[in-house]
Amino acid sequence: MKKTKTLGLLRGLLWQVIGTVFGLGFVTAIRVLMRLPAWKTEPAVVVGALFGALFFLYGVGVLDDWLKWAAGEETPEHDESDWGWRRYWGPSHDHKVIGIQYLTLALILFSVGGLFALTFRTQLAGNQQFLSPIEYNTLMSLHGIVMIVGILIGISAFMNYTVPLLIGASDMAFPRLNAFSFWIAVPAGIILLSSMALGGFDTGWTGYPPLSIRAPLGMQMFFLGVSLSSFSSILSALNILATVIRLRTRGMTPFRLPIFVWAAIATSIISLTATQLIGLAFQMVMLERLLGMGFFDPIKGGNPILFEHLFWFYSHPAVYVFILPGLGVISELLPVFVRKPLYGYRWVAMSSLGIALTGFLVWGHHMFASGMAEYLREPFMYSTLLVAVPTGVKFFSWVATIWKGKISFPTPMLFVLGGIVVFLLGGLSGPPNGTISTDLLLNNTYYIVGHFHDTLFGGYVLPFFAAIYFWWPKMTGRRLNEKLGKLHFWLMGPAMIVLTLLMMRIGLLGMRRRVDGYDPALGFQPYHIVMTIAAFLIGLSVIVFFINVFLTRKRGEIATGNIWESRSPEWQVPSPMPLHNYEKELEVVGEPYDYGLPGSRYVKFVGED
Amino acid sequence: MKHFIIIAVLVIASTLAIHTGLGSIGLLPRLASAQGVSIDQLFGIYTWAIAFVFSLIIVPLFYSFVVFRRKKGETGDGVYMEGSSKLEIAWTLLPLIAVLYLAYLGAQSLSETRRVDPSAMVVKVIAEQWNWQFQYPDYLFASKSLYLPVGQQVDLQMTSLDVTHSFFVPEFRLKQDILPGRTVDLRVTPTLIGHYTVECAQLCGKNHTTMVADVYVVTNADFQAWAKQQVANAPKDPVLIGEQLASLYGCSVCHSTDGSKKVGPTWLHLYQSSVALSDGTRVTADAKYLNNSITDPNSQIVSGFSPNVMPATFAQALTLTQIQDLIAYIESLK
Ligand code: HEC
Ligand SMILES: [Cu+2]
Ligand SMILES: [Cu+2]
Repeated sequence: MKKTKTLGLLRGLLWQVIGTVFGLGFVTAIRVLMRLPAWKTEPAVVVGALFGALFFLYGVGVLDDWLKWAAGEETPEHDESDWGWRRYWGPSHDHKVIGIQYLTLALILFSVGGLFALTFRTQLAGNQQFLSPIEYNTLMSLHGIVMIVGILIGISAFMNYTVPLLIGASDMAFPRLNAFSFWIAVPAGIILLSSMALGGFDTGWTGYPPLSIRAPLGMQMFFLGVSLSSFSSILSALNILATVIRLRTRGMTPFRLPIFVWAAIATSIISLTATQLIGLAFQMVMLERLLGMGFFDPIKGGNPILFEHLFWFYSHPAVYVFILPGLGVISELLPVFVRKPLYGYRWVAMSSLGIALTGFLVWGHHMFASGMAEYLREPFMYSTLLVAVPTGVKFFSWVATIWKGKISFPTPMLFVLGGIVVFLLGGLSGPPNGTISTDLLLNNTYYIVGHFHDTLFGGYVLPFFAAIYFWWPKMTGRRLNEKLGKLHFWLMGPAMIVLTLLMMRIGLLGMRRRVDGYDPALGFQPYHIVMTIAAFLIGLSVIVFFINVFLTRKRGEIATGNIWESRSPEWQVPSPMPLHNYEKELEVVGEPYDYGLPGSRYVKFVGED
Repeated sequence: MKHFIIIAVLVIASTLAIHTGLGSIGLLPRLASAQGVSIDQLFGIYTWAIAFVFSLIIVPLFYSFVVFRRKKGETGDGVYMEGSSKLEIAWTLLPLIAVLYLAYLGAQSLSETRRVDPSAMVVKVIAEQWNWQFQYPDYLFASKSLYLPVGQQVDLQMTSLDVTHSFFVPEFRLKQDILPGRTVDLRVTPTLIGHYTVECAQLCGKNHTTMVADVYVVTNADFQAWAKQQVANAPKDPVLIGEQLASLYGCSVCHSTDGSKKVGPTWLHLYQSSVALSDGTRVTADAKYLNNSITDPNSQIVSGFSPNVMPATFAQALTLTQIQDLIAYIESLK
């Protein structure tokens, strides 16, 4: 295994450069052969970027085994036991390593997206332009999409790391595909960010044509980056579903699965079946720009509303891709910290599926003011409001779980509870967008911005950090510092609430979204100043988190045992998790959350009693 | 039982407090349209519903944090309870009924906003990157700001010359996207005399932020006086009208009148010159050719330029007289 001596990532990046140059040359050569002017920037750059991504995958080494199989060669199981830290920099097949790779990438994207937000928030606070309109729009658009890709990656991080552990498997069903799913996200992210250097784009993350047909070249990098990263979502969803269906340990019947696994199933069903639509819509605009195909431009007989339908058919359910795992983390951790069973386990499990399925029927609520066919508006209103029902089931079940518990408040629990409160704000601010007439005021204002930031802060960001603090000892054998963790929470949670409530406030008063300034006479500036301070506090809290990681890396409190007294299988073995997970086979012998039922057990190892 | 009584009292108190608080800070801008009345009523219902549901969850949650927290030195688990199907069914069905009722109210309020008055005044709204134009077909003039007589429904017939825009006046409570290649309607009945702004609410590129225009709601008498003045001010000479139209419709963004090349060919000395087309033929730029270039730009492409750059929407957006005026203007540049 010579390849382990060099870092896969560096090899990949080198090959990406080679591939890009190759692609540029390829297009130019074809044009010369066709007797066209040799150089045309847009097709050359798009094809270059595409080849760059493919070459990256080859260079990093995730295609190696498949190429050998295609050539009829056998490949042995990878033995990664003596790779050491290098495992994290190349194509490992271990789901735990891939989970941590995803986590690292998610934190990087999260920080980059956050810095973009702080930059343009500063402009809004001063209401003085220091960014040109195109710079502002590019940062604002990239903030959106970088965060979204970052969230998708963060979700993959937790599903990858925990799902096999929770169901007692030794790895994912398709380890090579798993590595592929992660590594394709890396060049995708690079291409996405390269849009900044190629003129930016000024359409928001929604990329609506005809505007996106006229936008600068950076637009194509946005479309291509998202299209490539959609492979990551689709393939890892497939992998999760196959893993849960095939690799559950003995006795792990559907209603004895840890509740997070139900959330992972629901999420994966959406990712597997809806992501294609956004990829498709974006590729159609790419082709429209490259080859003049008139899908969406009315001048050529196209229909811009068609794009909106294709786009939202994915992008609404995507919201549930973002939050279902977070809500799963909340349901998974609550019982541990209140020492009581999860109230109404089956209802909570089914509510995830219920949300996922109704989520497919509501996309039109983003288009109430779009001019779509009139007869579609009311059905979409009814279906949209129905989503409140399974979401309500989750809230009531959480409250009932906490009721009469023995509640303790270590850092992960604080993030869980913060998640519940913030997500409640997001949930309650939703229905006014769901009824058409009130949405005619709210659509495309800061109210919407506040609403979805609450759902994502509460449904994703806070549970994401809860999960990090909770499973960190499992990953590293050391615990993150409690004091710094609590500081992180108390900076982040309240700042999020202030930020989003003020967003909703000015939105109701008529502040449009996606503007780089506003009329001072409207009196919005004090609000923007407070919001910007809140945003910086959120940024500061993330810095506190990174300091925590850095300080405890070598010197953190050692935590190899079951520090949370959890019943879950991964905590029944020492931390950090052994290379091949469970050395002895597991057997499920009871209910997952029977805290408070004396003598009960969830799992035992075969042969043990 | 004691717990539940305390919680019930706290929920009621908190609902009232939140509702009063939200009411006292004034959540919405002033209301200036008949369509907004039912919308604001629905917002009123939402304020109660949100205050109540928020309290219903938050009160027991925080109550538990205080009452059921693990005291120092305490060990052991919470009270073992798995769930109750009756409760689960209750908190599935009750919200279901509530949201269906809300949707029903929403549908009613929507139909209120869509009431059609057959005697509505028509105003054509032309949106383009990054300005607004309002045409009054009954009076045959166009304006950069929107004047509306109070108490009378207007039928805004809106179209875009380039990308998607959106018509939004917060005080009217209404918003409608404006699509290229299509006309969409929005009906507003202004009810409050005053000065407002219409803002483009759909990101439309670089200067989206500044795509705003003034809206004046005035008495009927003031409106008539204003309209009369506009008609009087409007130029009578077709060349002058054409010049105005060229800037109103953004022709001058792409066509210069001083011989320089912009996105499109210059109009200087164009009339009666011999134009080389991209298919290799030549035509004389007479009135017929100019008319065709404006209404069906992709049929004859000037050599050295690409098709599909010049919007093909002018045939719809412009009246025949306006096209004549534009041609007269181009002729005058000979
Ligand atoms: C987005 C840029 C753009 C706008 C706006 C635009 N045009 Fe053009 N126009 C072009 C281009 C490019 C051409 C050359 C290609 C062609 O012949 O279609 C052209 C060609 C023409 C020609 C033929 C010129 C020649 O030299 O033969 C006329 C006449 C014309 N435009 C009139 C108009 C009028 C009138 C308007 C406004 C109502 C207008 N254009 C708005 C881009 C534009
Ligand atoms: Cu949605
Ligand atoms: Cu606009």
